[in-house]
Amino acid sequence: MVRDNMVCDDLRSRVKALLAATDPATTDRLDFLRARFDAGLAWVHFPEGLGGLGLPRAFQSYADQLLEAANAPENDPRRIGIGLGMAAPTILAFGTDEQKQRFLKPLWTGEEVWCQLFSEPGAGSDLAAVSTRAVRDGDSWVVNGQKVWTSAAHKARFAILLVRTDPNVSKHAGLSYFVCDMTDPGVDVRPLRQLTGEAEFNEVFLTDVRIPDSYRLGEEGQGWKVATATLMNERVAIGGAAAPREGGMIGVVAKTWRDRPELRTAELHDRLMMLWVEAEVARLTGQRLRQKLALGQPGPEGSAMKLTFARLAQQLSGLEVELLGEDGLRYSDWTMVRPDIVEFTGRDAGYRYLRAKGNSIEGGTSEILRNIVAERVLGLPAEPRTDKDIAWKDLPK
Amino acid sequence: MTSESTDSDLADLADLADLADLNLLYTDVEDSLRESVHDLLTARCTPERVVAAYDGDRDLQLGLWRSLSVDLGLAGLLVPQDRGGAGATAREAAVVLEELGRFVAPVPFLTSAVVATTALLQGDDDETLGQLAAGGCTAALVVPFSASATSFRPTVRADNGKLQGRVTSVVGALDADVLLVPVSTDAGVELHRVDAPRVDANTVEASGTGVGVEPVVSLDMTRQLADIDFTGARSTQVTTAESGDAAVRDALELGAALLASEQLGVAQWCLDHTVSYLFDRKQFGRPVGGFQAIKHRLADLYVMVESAHAAARYAAATAADHDPDRRLAASVAQAYCSEVAVKAAEECVQLHGGIGMTWEHPAHLYLKRAKADQIAFGSAGAHRLRLGELVGLPVVPR
Repeated sequence: MVRDNMVCDDLRSRVKALLAATDPATTDRLDFLRARFDAGLAWVHFPEGLGGLGLPRAFQSYADQLLEAANAPENDPRRIGIGLGMAAPTILAFGTDEQKQRFLKPLWTGEEVWCQLFSEPGAGSDLAAVSTRAVRDGDSWVVNGQKVWTSAAHKARFAILLVRTDPNVSKHAGLSYFVCDMTDPGVDVRPLRQLTGEAEFNEVFLTDVRIPDSYRLGEEGQGWKVATATLMNERVAIGGAAAPREGGMIGVVAKTWRDRPELRTAELHDRLMMLWVEAEVARLTGQRLRQKLALGQPGPEGSAMKLTFARLAQQLSGLEVELLGEDGLRYSDWTMVRPDIVEFTGRDAGYRYLRAKGNSIEGGTSEILRNIVAERVLGLPAEPRTDKDIAWKDLPK
Repeated sequence: MTSESTDSDLADLADLADLADLNLLYTDVEDSLRESVHDLLTARCTPERVVAAYDGDRDLQLGLWRSLSVDLGLAGLLVPQDRGGAGATAREAAVVLEELGRFVAPVPFLTSAVVATTALLQGDDDETLGQLAAGGCTAALVVPFSASATSFRPTVRADNGKLQGRVTSVVGALDADVLLVPVSTDAGVELHRVDAPRVDANTVEASGTGVGVEPVVSLDMTRQLADIDFTGARSTQVTTAESGDAAVRDALELGAALLASEQLGVAQWCLDHTVSYLFDRKQFGRPVGGFQAIKHRLADLYVMVESAHAAARYAAATAADHDPDRRLAASVAQAYCSEVAVKAAEECVQLHGGIGMTWEHPAHLYLKRAKADQIAFGSAGAHRLRLGELVGLPVVPR
């Protein structure tokens, strides 16, 4: 962890000044968050004037600790994760000054929730195949198409949107990237009910949605480059704090084992311990990966970690249902709800088992991740491509 | 709760916090040690010479071990400087074992420089210890290779000061000048020293010494077993009955912890060579490594080998620090790495196709080593059972 004393002293005095001018105990939550943004303490690695101080990212946790110790309100990052993790870094990297000034502050405070309109029914692993069309009309664009797997779309004020602006060039070359106002009358958000019974995601139908050209991020035709940057940021999150032993799904199953001795059998025990060992080794592998990253030896190894975590979550949650025996036959509630945040280890064993099925699909399927590991880590030949150098409109669909 | 116990609880927490930061990578010293071992093995320990062990040719063993133990000074790594050694730690020994695994090197480093040496460190025979550290002398702990710190039971007893009993499937004994024998007495387990009779790979020799060392045709001839009979052998006691049991168990514990690094080396070689072979090998007009069915298997294997890396380094790091977590770490490493080495060797054979089944290709050397290592120092299942006890996940209701 970077710990530069002068920087820490400076951060301490800035936090002190913020707290003196804006007492969290007597200030409205949003007012305090706005003041924190203006003080450059929102995300210290962002530039001055945009909620940051231009410091290395590692100093953020220090500022967070100081503010947490003073009982300052937080911006509920789990509720606005897509804005913070994906939209904000993309706007910072590709946005105009006007866009940065308009969008970043209310994004960070959570006043404006963001969602992501990338995947489509016909473009999942092959994201560059998106067919939602944007056609220029004077100073604006008219958008028609369908997006899917959109968390928080029903709460979102804005979306980051990947669309096809030129069908006459190859599929990666004809894409552009926009900010979409979700209050446009052409935006129709419908809950997408999953196998768990709840609707964590939505499908979003876009019918003659008008987007001003001033809401474009990056050049026309550069949408793939911008989207790639967004997705890279999605994976930066791995460098977080070290997980404790028995953290996550293994902890849940281990607790059941300890609390319910009458459920134990020798056969279940060996499977439990096999997975316990794998979970502990995964924890150590994450620790080793963080040590490598700290030495500046980064790489696509994060894909390997995701493969492991998806498989473990599925095997552990499946084991737990069996371990529970008769109780494993019961399910808490099939009522369709739209949850605010998703707790992978929350609710009952049946829910965890079903929800974990998504772990090997969302954010890159395990099959795509194996391709990435094989090609980028092991250097094996890439998949043969039949869609190169062909105009998107001529591709078989 | 008294304030004193609160303080010690806090100290324990602080220890655990340190644990999380143990270095799981390699230091510069470890890297340069690896390089010198690697260079020597590349020059001397070729597959054509290693495979000769299966035809009874032990020439490679003797010369190679002399170079590693004496010239590179590896035999004394775990012996403190004030007792004649290099004063290194389990971390460095683990790096050596990774390289020895990578070359399936037929040398008694694990059995003599790690296991027997660790047992002897708890005794007072500093003369033998010094000889071991200097590399001029090699020792073996006389226990079955399958024995673990939790399962070990001595089968030799002292009768009027002379040893009686039989120990089967002992590794390192054929290379040893000195046998360290756990001896069961009324007071506990003592460790005794016996001079090994000079035998070659095909003879039983016990004439007058009361020690018979019978070479066994082994699954892994690069670490050949022997059955040992004691029929009234004279011995010298090197530990008391109070410390002998701990000496043997600590030695087996460290053996299990560091065997994981050898298994990592085996697995890494299998992965590396399979990937490079499949990159070059073409069928249907394409490199075989470009077919997705193959790529996905190799990606899965890569994930396993990377994970084995973390498990093996953690076991070595906790052993080096005498960390309270070291027993758990050793069992995690054995439960995981032993299976990964076997999986890697099996995939290596399968994905090489026909050539992988031949005597000519070295894949079988790794398969045999990996499969034998799976049983060594306790099976994966035995380590899982023990882990269940260590972490409060017992198999039967309490």
